[in-house]
Amino acid sequence: MEKPFAITLDPGSSLANHTGSWRTSRPVYIDRLPPCNKQCPAGEDIQGWLFHAESGDYESAWRHLTKDNPFPAIMGRVCYHSCESVCNRGQIDEPVGINSVERFLGDEALKLGWKLTPPSSESGKNVLVVGAGPSGMSAAYHLRRLGHSVTVYEAGPLLGGMMRFGIPKYRLPRDILEAEMQRVVELGVKVNLNTKVDNILNTMADGKFDAAFLAVGAHIGKRARIPAGDAAKIVDAISLLRSMEGEEKPMLGRRVVVYGGGNTAIDVARTAKRMGAEPLIVYRRTRAAMPAHDFEMEEALQEGIMVKWLSTITQADESSLTIEKMALDETGFPQPTGEFETIEADSLVLALGQDVDLGLLEGVPGLEVKDGVVKVAPNMMTGHPGIFAGGDMVPAERNVTVGIGHGKQAARHIDAWLRGEEHVPAVQHEVANFEKLNTWYYADAPKTVRPMLDIIRRQSTFDEVQGGLDESTALFEARRCLSCGNCFECDNCYGVCPDNAVIKLGPGKRFQFNYDYCKGCGMCVAECPCGAIKMEAEEI
Amino acid sequence: MSFQPVHFYQTGTFTVGNRLLEASERSVQANIERTNSLNSGHRACQGCGEALGARYAIDAAMNAARGRLIAANATGCLEVFSTPYPETSWQIPWIHSLFGNTAAVATGIAAAIKVKKQKGQMGDVRVVAQGGDGGTTDIGFGCLSGMFERNDDVLYICYDNGGYMNTGVQRSSATPPAARTATTMPVGPEPGNQFGQGKFLPAIAMAHEIPYVATATVADLRDLEYKVTKAMGMRGARYIHILVPCPLGWGAASEDTILLARLAKETGIFPVFEAENGEITGNLKIRRKQPVEEYLKRQKRYAHLFGKKPAVATIARLQAAADKNIRKYGLLDQEAN
Repeated sequence: MEKPFAITLDPGSSLANHTGSWRTSRPVYIDRLPPCNKQCPAGEDIQGWLFHAESGDYESAWRHLTKDNPFPAIMGRVCYHSCESVCNRGQIDEPVGINSVERFLGDEALKLGWKLTPPSSESGKNVLVVGAGPSGMSAAYHLRRLGHSVTVYEAGPLLGGMMRFGIPKYRLPRDILEAEMQRVVELGVKVNLNTKVDNILNTMADGKFDAAFLAVGAHIGKRARIPAGDAAKIVDAISLLRSMEGEEKPMLGRRVVVYGGGNTAIDVARTAKRMGAEPLIVYRRTRAAMPAHDFEMEEALQEGIMVKWLSTITQADESSLTIEKMALDETGFPQPTGEFETIEADSLVLALGQDVDLGLLEGVPGLEVKDGVVKVAPNMMTGHPGIFAGGDMVPAERNVTVGIGHGKQAARHIDAWLRGEEHVPAVQHEVANFEKLNTWYYADAPKTVRPMLDIIRRQSTFDEVQGGLDESTALFEARRCLSCGNCFECDNCYGVCPDNAVIKLGPGKRFQFNYDYCKGCGMCVAECPCGAIKMEAEEI
Repeated sequence: MSFQPVHFYQTGTFTVGNRLLEASERSVQANIERTNSLNSGHRACQGCGEALGARYAIDAAMNAARGRLIAANATGCLEVFSTPYPETSWQIPWIHSLFGNTAAVATGIAAAIKVKKQKGQMGDVRVVAQGGDGGTTDIGFGCLSGMFERNDDVLYICYDNGGYMNTGVQRSSATPPAARTATTMPVGPEPGNQFGQGKFLPAIAMAHEIPYVATATVADLRDLEYKVTKAMGMRGARYIHILVPCPLGWGAASEDTILLARLAKETGIFPVFEAENGEITGNLKIRRKQPVEEYLKRQKRYAHLFGKKPAVATIARLQAAADKNIRKYGLLDQEAN
């Protein structure tokens, strides 16, 4: 080729030299499963919705979130956010405040009136949901989005189930609950309130339902055999919390003793405190052994609630209780000591767990009931074809998020079952654990703390205890996410390649390797902050 | 006024790009339309720090000069791997000089441009000279010192990998103490390269009181681009010294190139700073201070310091040198201590 004076070589002519042939291993883009997503009982793609929130696109974040869970404003208040306890950021400074961002998104949606996406087509199938609690309403939502006609039968007078009749107002304001419930109803879900299902098979036959999802919850308070005088006032926790929702508030007196060590015991004690009583929790084991979440115990203690550890109640009388002190044996189990004391008490509230009312299942063939709950297969179907169940009435941890997760899973299986197919969940990616990350690249930023209500108002009113984040702090919090295992387009691979062997495809499209020139040095893998590239051996 | 990092947009300015920053705040390297001055197909080793550093620096210079740039290049790794006849990886006007005279060649180009501009025969074109540490600190030092002394309008960039790597890893005057090379073998009472010899060229450049002197590493892209851009905004003799780890010569894993550059900075072994007219005006602070062992133990050129009987005294001398850098260049934030 003719070239001008002193020009000998064509620019970039080294492209003829395919250095990719040097390679013995190749980098490959992958998605790994972030620990938070793996942990979430509702199966939320937390990293996925935080990605949208990071850029301030809250509506996209909310839409991404509600693909899995239609109740972010409720979740942001009552979910125990076990996601945060496994967050990789916790090993750098503090976990990302996932729950507080979720609440911000939920509240933003309610404020701006964002609506859930209606189904794109109708399936013509008719599904019955029994129980309008978290699990039932989650199932109703997912089934409706899949195009099925959904009818919810609820024994109580209002939507929400345990979220209304079990969780006190100071944790979940009722306008929030109602708004998120109604948003599901607006999708075209039919609701029959005050309608108790006595016999599921009859109800299904009468309503021509093709399948049913049962989520009646566990509303019967467990009783303990405590010898009691005639005048002793003993109530169970769940009835007490339910009566808080009615016109006539319960009369408990001044000295209220709550027996139990679960979250419900704490809810009752904090409720009693707000009604002007002086609650005392009696629990037979120690704080370390109590099933209640430690942060709830901490909040209760801040509000001035007293606790008697290692104590059992042996006798209840009109205005006093007899308590026996316990001592832990070598195995950590509490044993009676024979040491007694008497304490004053106007009423005793038993918070010893709840049972399920399984009356509606009587006479249904194929069902298996064990330990008071209904057995279900991995596809959430009971032993009776077409009847699925979830929430507190099946064997699982009992909380709102687990129930919501059951509702989603069941909806997907019901949908497949109605088509005569089987829903096969996608294979999970390998987990993006801390060792897969290069944390050098993340800016230092400690967690944003949510505001708490003044202690005086917490002791005397039912105002919400925990506040929310405002826009700027929510954005800050979202941006603390490390995006574990999923490319967030930081351009590091594109930058650090000494061979320009990474092709940038543009916003939202991520990157591609140019294996003609990639020498397989592995720098992109080492310098990827979030562990979204791995090396694979070449076949030679 | 040194590089001002953006503190908090998830990864701030630590990563190459950041979708959360305004376009104007993003790096040259993040741009889909960057020059790729040194294109694919070059024959540098896997994980070559110099190939990376050269693209980082020249792309930034091209960006600052709006594509009107000529580069002179000393003989050395960079020239050998980028331009084996009949191919070249360069996508800019580029000239290969002798090993020792690239500063003088660049001076000549700058003079020619000046005359052509005066005659109205061409517009403004900027000149960059580049070479490795051998071509800069040893063989080309006389020409370079002359270029500084005359304050010629050239930005000279030295890619320092601490030795003559493409000829078989021989010692240069930029080889660090205790490092093994083919000519400083780990034998005798003081194995590896001698203490107390060699030179730190940025300090010598500062002594010429030229308009701008800076050091950088391939681990801090944003700082590197900031310095090249700043240098391109000035006239006269300017010098940037970039630490570029060499997997071959250092005996390191190819994926550790950036990690080693980062550790060189974080331990204080390589001070990252800038100076104007002979006075230090800014530095890049250590973010997470590390002991020198973290840097040394990943390189086979220091393997003789570890083994069964670690050379505690030698490691302590290297630590003392790093600590001296930290004091001398003020590399630790007082608040962080």
